[in-house]
Parts: sequence; C-alpha cells; structure tokens
Amino acid sequence: MKCQLCPNPATVHFTKVVNKKATELHLCTECAARQQIPSLGELSLSAILQSLIGQHVGPQAEEMSRLTCPTCGLKYMEFRREGRLGCPRDYASFRVGLEPILRKVHRSTRHVGKVPRRRQPSEIDLSLLDLRQQLRRAVQAEAYEEAARIRDQIREKEAANESR
Amino acid sequence: MNPDNLVQTTGEWLRATGPESDVVVSTRIRLARNHAAYPFTNRASPHQKAEIEAIVREKVAQVDSDRPLHFINISKLGQLDRQFLVERQLISRELANAEGPRAVVVDDREAVSIMVNEEDHLRLQVMRSGLALDEAWQDIDSVDDRIEQVFDYAFSDEFGYLTACPTNVGTGMRASVMLHLPALVLTKQIEKVFRALQKINLVVRGLYGEGSRASGDFYQISNQVTLGKSESAALTEIREVNRQIIEYERQARTLIIKETRQAIQDRVARALGTLQSATMMTSEETMELLSSVRLGVNVGLVTGLPITLVNELFLHTQPAHLQKLMGTQLDGEERNAARARYLRTRLKEAGPNPN
Repeated sequence: MKCQLCPNPATVHFTKVVNKKATELHLCTECAARQQIPSLGELSLSAILQSLIGQHVGPQAEEMSRLTCPTCGLKYMEFRREGRLGCPRDYASFRVGLEPILRKVHRSTRHVGKVPRRRQPSEIDLSLLDLRQQLRRAVQAEAYEEAARIRDQIREKEAANESR
Repeated sequence: MNPDNLVQTTGEWLRATGPESDVVVSTRIRLARNHAAYPFTNRASPHQKAEIEAIVREKVAQVDSDRPLHFINISKLGQLDRQFLVERQLISRELANAEGPRAVVVDDREAVSIMVNEEDHLRLQVMRSGLALDEAWQDIDSVDDRIEQVFDYAFSDEFGYLTACPTNVGTGMRASVMLHLPALVLTKQIEKVFRALQKINLVVRGLYGEGSRASGDFYQISNQVTLGKSESAALTEIREVNRQIIEYERQARTLIIKETRQAIQDRVARALGTLQSATMMTSEETMELLSSVRLGVNVGLVTGLPITLVNELFLHTQPAHLQKLMGTQLDGEERNAARARYLRTRLKEAGPNPN
C-alpha cells in the first residue's frame, strides 16, 4: 500500500474516530510525523484515558460547568465548590450532575417514604418561587411598578392556594 | 419566651426516665423541610428570610400542639443566650453563629424544637429520654403533619423533601441516639465498634454534634442515608445497631467489675472525691469525672446519687449554663472556680457515698 500523501510505501496505519465516525489514514513514517500522529511507543495508557475523558466526559463537564439555575442564579460549579443548592428548582436544573452524587451518597436516586398528606399535584409547583425571585430582581432594579404588579400576582396565587 | 425561664431545669429528655437509660441518654429525630416558594436559606435575601420567619411566627408557632409553643428570635439574643440554647441542644452552633433573621420555636418541656433559617428553612426536632425511636417518630410525624397545613413544603415525587444539601434529600430525616459508653472506652473496644458502624453507613459523633470530639464518653449514632430508604427502615436499622451496642456496653461493664473491681472502685471514688472537694474545675475535667461517676452509679459503686442529677450536672456545668446560673458573665478562671463551687454544693445536697 502506498502512502496517501506521497509515493513512498505506507508504514503507519491510523484510524481516527471522531463523533463515532472513523477515518482511516495510511501514511509513510515521514508524512505521519509531519501530521503529528504519535507512534505506538508514545501512546501511554494515561494519555489514552485523558483523550477519552476529553472526548466523552469533557464536553458534558463543560456543559455542566455552564449550567446556571434560572430561578436562583446558582452556577453548577458553585454548587460543586460549596456543596449547597440554592433553591428547590436546582434538583431539576442540575439533575445530570446531581444523580451520580446522590447515587454515591445514598446508593439511590428515588425517594421512598413519607409523602405530604396535603399534596395534590404530582409535580412540584415552582411558579410562586419564580414570582418571588422576579419580585426580588424588580426591587433591586428599583422597578417599583413592576414589583407592585408581581406582588399582586403572588397574593392572588397564594389566596388561590389557600382555598385549594 | 425568655431563655432565663429554662435555667433551673433540664429538658425532659435529659432526666434519664426513658428505656435503657443506664446506657442511652436520649433519642433525637430531626426533619429537614423547606418552603416551596422560597430559595434555600443560603440564597435567600434578608427580606425573604424575614418572610419565612414571619410565616413561622404567625402560623407554625400557632399550630395545635399538646403543649404551648414559644417563639424565640435568635437575632435578638446576646451571645451568652445563644450559647445557652446550643448547650441545651435546642439550636445548632451554626444557627447560633449565623446572621440575619432566624429563630427557634420550643415547647415547655423542650421535647419539640423548630429551627428557622438554619441550612434549611425548617429543622424540626423531637427529643426523648432513653432509647425511644418509635415514640420520637410518632411525635415528629404528627408535628410535621400539622406544620404542613400552614407551610407549603418543597417536595417532589422523585427526590422527596428537597433540602439545601443533597445529603439530606428524600426523607430529610436524621435519627440520633446518644449513648454513654464508658466501659467500651475503658476496655478499648470502642474503635472496633465504630469501624463496624461505618461499614453499615451509620455516623458516630461526639456529644455536641457535627465535628465535636466525644467528651465524657458520650457518643451519638445517626443514620446517613435519607434517599431510597423509608423512615421506618432507617429507624429499624438504627434500633438494631443500638440494641447491640447497649449489649456490648453492659457486657463490658460486667467484665470490668468482675475482673478489675478494685481499680474501677478507686477510679469512681477518686472522681467523686475530686468533684466534691476541688476548688477549680475545667469543663473537660468535669465531663471526664462525671462520666466515671455516672458509670459508678450504674454499676452500683455509688449510692445516694440519682442519675437524673448526674445528667443535670453535665448540662449545668457547661460554660453558658454556669454563667446563667450565677447570674453574671465570668471569664475562664472565674468560671472554673464557679464550676467547682457549684459541683461541691450540688453534690453536698445529694450526699452520695462510694460503696
């Protein structure tokens, strides 16, 4: 077999897999060196692991590190550093990062036990939490008309919940 | 309520009236609960924390209860009063030292306490004398039911009660049993017991909770897992383990009396003698000596001294209690003198005898 880049015989056979797509390269030693393809001797296990983490976990970790809870503003990395969540929504916001932690600490990811007796809806209602955080931002921004409007919404919603 | 009203007494949980109280001091169960419509305490604004506090003051403290509930505003208390409540185990050190709106709700007997704006919005706690996990659970379950009528809990079907720290999510329940294990310490078996406990996911701590070292040979054993295990399953586990440890401690007591009676007798008599006559006493030495005396009473080497009084002395000789009892602030040296005087007086009233 001839080198794909020059007429010399191909001595380095290399398969590159990116996003599950395999590309085969057949090169002579000189061209391979120019393409910065490592020879077998240089490929240590830790280097392989590193590249695996980079390929599979890396993008995910990076994605998680960018996660911010829309309700309380906590960043996933802040949670990892401090170990405390910021609001009830974080359990949904950071689900991907939380589940391995829960599995490690509790060996489970699913609640078994007491359920509040008063509860009717099966999904937790976070609309009041969101309204409260909007109110807080409006007050900080000194947007008092907006704040008053949100406060009314909160009161209405609370009254509706009371009579439920 | 003013903390001053509590000074002369102890909570019922410390009176050694419960089951197995030769070994078990108390049982405590706490539930972590949060309001669904507020960020957790660490992300809540001072205004939001004040709203949580108001809900507790106006609604939670007013729920039907067997005994009247009292609301105590922690941020209005001085350092001494806050420390006093920590020593009584009504609030955590974290809540005492935190900032911003925070409170505790307590009943007369100090059986129920509800911390407000600790790591979670609510930390419900029930205390009982001796090994009484079922009774404590019934108490706290019913308190929880009543609070849920007026406080909208953050709960998801999937993760259970949502908490600021994922180590508490699910049931939010931590059940702790406080044990007095002087014979296991003396026979150097205690480490072995703890290693076995860690393997089955139970946590051991000293007397004053997280991170504190075990003084006076008091140890607290608690469950760690809160997710994927029901309250009753967790309680059963804790109960079984405690039964075994109680058995080991009693065997160790029998053994040391049988094989080293004179040495133990001497140890107990010296401890009692020092407590009855010393003029300066540190808190640490007091704990250590009282521990020997408590062991002496339980194995019949001391008569005329009720365990209730020994338990009370452990509490009343703590720094904040001592200062409240003396009615004045005292520095370290003054405290050691006051502590020694207090011990001499209380022991003279009781008139114990070494056997």
